[in-house]
Amino acid sequence: MKALKGGEFLIKKTLPEQVFIPEEFDEEQKMIAETCQSFLEQEVFPNLDRIDALEEGLMPSLLDKAGELGLLGISIPEEYGGFGKDFITGMLANEKLGAGHSFAVAQAAHNGIGTLPILYFGNEEQKKKYIPKLASGALKASYCLTEPGAGSDANSGKTKATLSSDGKHWILNGQKMWITNAGFADIFTVFAKIDNDENLSAFIVEKSYGGIELNPEEKKMGIKGSSTRQVFFTNCQIPVENLLGQRQEGFKIALYILNIGRIKLAGAALGGAKEAINQSIKYAVEREQFGRIIGKYGAIKYKLAEQAIRTFALDSALYRCSSSVQNAIKEEIENGKNKQEASLTGIKEYAVEAAILKIFGSEVLDYVVDEAVQIYGGMGYSAEGPVERAYRDSRINRIFEGTNEINRMLIVDMLLKKAMKGELDLLTPAMAVTKELMSIPDFSSTENTTLSEEKKVLANFKKAILMTAGAAAQKLMANLAKEQEIIMNISDMIIDLYVSESVLLRTEKLIAKNGEQAYQEQIAIAKVFIYDAADRIAKAGKDAINSFAEGDEQRMMLMGLKRFTKINSINAKEYRRSISDKLMQNTKFCF
Amino acid sequence: MKLLVCISKAPDTTSKISFTENNTKFNEAGVQYIINPYDEWYALVRALELKETLGGTVTTITVGKADNEPTIRKALAIGADDAVRIDAEASDALAVAKQIADYVKNNSYDIIFCGKETIDYNGSQVGGMIAELLDLSYVSLASKLEVNGNTATLERDIQGGKEVVETNIPFVVSCAKGMAEARIPNMRGIMAARTKPLQVLPGSEAPKLTEIVAYSLLPEKAGCKFIDAENPGELFQLLHNEAKVI
Ligand SMILES: Cc1cc2nc3c(=O)[nH]c(=O)nc-3n(C[C@H](O)[C@H](O)[C@H](O)COP(=O)(O)OP(=O)(O)OC[C@H]3O[C@@H](n4cnc5c(N)ncnc54)[C@H](O)[C@@H]3O)c2cc1C
Repeated sequence: MKALKGGEFLIKKTLPEQVFIPEEFDEEQKMIAETCQSFLEQEVFPNLDRIDALEEGLMPSLLDKAGELGLLGISIPEEYGGFGKDFITGMLANEKLGAGHSFAVAQAAHNGIGTLPILYFGNEEQKKKYIPKLASGALKASYCLTEPGAGSDANSGKTKATLSSDGKHWILNGQKMWITNAGFADIFTVFAKIDNDENLSAFIVEKSYGGIELNPEEKKMGIKGSSTRQVFFTNCQIPVENLLGQRQEGFKIALYILNIGRIKLAGAALGGAKEAINQSIKYAVEREQFGRIIGKYGAIKYKLAEQAIRTFALDSALYRCSSSVQNAIKEEIENGKNKQEASLTGIKEYAVEAAILKIFGSEVLDYVVDEAVQIYGGMGYSAEGPVERAYRDSRINRIFEGTNEINRMLIVDMLLKKAMKGELDLLTPAMAVTKELMSIPDFSSTENTTLSEEKKVLANFKKAILMTAGAAAQKLMANLAKEQEIIMNISDMIIDLYVSESVLLRTEKLIAKNGEQAYQEQIAIAKVFIYDAADRIAKAGKDAINSFAEGDEQRMMLMGLKRFTKINSINAKEYRRSISDKLMQNTKFCF
Repeated sequence: MKLLVCISKAPDTTSKISFTENNTKFNEAGVQYIINPYDEWYALVRALELKETLGGTVTTITVGKADNEPTIRKALAIGADDAVRIDAEASDALAVAKQIADYVKNNSYDIIFCGKETIDYNGSQVGGMIAELLDLSYVSLASKLEVNGNTATLERDIQGGKEVVETNIPFVVSCAKGMAEARIPNMRGIMAARTKPLQVLPGSEAPKLTEIVAYSLLPEKAGCKFIDAENPGELFQLLHNEAKVI
């Protein structure tokens, strides 16, 4: 069966054997993960307070050490001084380092948005000149897109570049804001408009060119150890050959890089979530109140289980999407594209899924750290405890790499654009759903296995979304973009669908490999997640439908929604207990 | 120098320990294995340091089945040149020592490194047995090791001080904390590990003199009893009658 294209999960079925699951990492990948973990344990965790105090020189020296271990060059091709590892391996390292608080942000900014524009859009000379030094950490990178007046609306920036009279330099003037790694970066990838161009262009700017000034460090809620500053360019002279890509190609570059940044952010969030769960479990089995450890109380069991359920779901969706990207890259290479072009095409193909992961990842992490603080009680609120920092550091993830609102709008926008371009046939299946609505429901169930109910419900989720989104698009046409509340509802339904399906596929694949007995808790996770998703999808669908439909049509669609989100009752309490008991038995996240 | 480092696996320290078959077998289900830290952090890394200053090769040797290979690959990733696995059950200390000694008889080495003990069974016997079987000198629990020509100077931590020992090469040493600093395998090492030679040799006849009859876990910690500070008599009663320590 052919791999699904981006967005096709909405209308087509995926088979368990088509997805990669985290249980399939090979020996080498596990070793790389261990190296990342050891690095955090030896160099980062013991120094978190010093890092957050922005101790002079500390963060660059940590990046240097990571560079010596090769951790900054994992996915960079060997011809540019990296190790040429595939997308999934890079994601795993990114996940592991993601638990590193401010270091994780500095590392991700350097490795991702800092390095990738040059790797993917640089010409041969630019790549040869910069990439090997970025891969080793000898040069440290930052990415300058945002301006005081241009945040979500990134293409509206005022920074300007003009060609010098001798034609040898671009003269750059303007102000950038919220620039991660600015305090120590050697390389700034700057987005600016040339003369009166409509679109941005991108430039590789070395600190040494002069004309660059920095404001003091921003005082932030979290990730206090990550350098964030305003950057001012005053007649900064950039050699003409440092234009990155074509003139006016900057916005396209920025969007491509954000697509990768989004899925990587989800990976980092996963690493942070696993660490916070481990801390939560540790405390739950130690802390005693009323004569028992707090982990024996149902209220706490619920929290541990729910932390694990959502984290497992994120894990499943992240590596499912990563494998889609990786397979697409492989296919493009087989079709004769070079690695960089292939990577860009592969990543762009799954931009919808990347936006889903960005949102889901950042929201899972926020949930997990919030409940971690709650499990720790007063100690959770203490800056001396291990989870207070995690709580503060998590919050930024819903804001950068495109706010979660912007990403929710993108999901619907990109899907509709794909449909309009004829890349994704939403119409035929949407019409089939409408027809099904008129007919008598088919109650004959053919399959009766542990997860057959969930499989059936999942197919119905797709119908619920196609029905709601199809009607909204038809009714509101061009006005849909103005009805953001409805777009948010539809996006939430789509996110729940993609994640539910990922959990189900992973669990099915595990069962197919080793039987049900070994995966009782994974089955419990799949059951609880999908059971809850059914209610969430029903609620979001109802809110959407009630805001644009009336009369018979409204009644009919609400009935359809009910039918498509119906799921057999489960004893979620018992399932959650089994999950948390297993976590406490292992005293760590073990799924 | 030809250096040989004995490597064994041990359960990760966070592993949940349990037993099966009527408490006669260690339950391996769900257990993550690591290289025994004394083998990795001290023995292997010191051997690599010596190789880096004096030249030569570092070979690792492991007695055990194929499930040891991930830990062997990790040792290669940290920097060993090649590895040998003797395909035999590591049933007890003498069985392991005999396999290693038989291998060394056919492939002479200058120094044979062991960790001071494995963190699971804490036997601390293999090094001494290898030395005896090969008729070599043995320095146990060394925290420092320097080589000068044909001799080596070693330091051992002893009660209240240090003991400095000198011995001729070849010899067997068991390594304790202080011998070297842990190294994190880097990307280059990890990638090289895949192609480094890992030779699997059949085991030779080895005696098995001991047998594990039963395992048990420590009793669960009992709760804490508070006694009123005004009432030392009760404390005495409890210590005498209940805890039976006085
Ligand atoms: C710690 C930190 C590090 C950062 N690092 C970098 C970096 O390295 N490089 C870089 O270029 N940028 C960086 N940023 C900037 C970041 O990407 C922006 O803050 C983000 O894109 C949001 O822009 P803004 O802050 O201007 O918010 P705004 O765009 O003003 O948004 C404010 C609110 O309005 C909502 N909103 C905006 N537009 C719409 C709309 N059309 N419809 C509905 N809702 C809307 C948003 O979702 C948000 O809730 C960083 C920011 C922070 C805080």
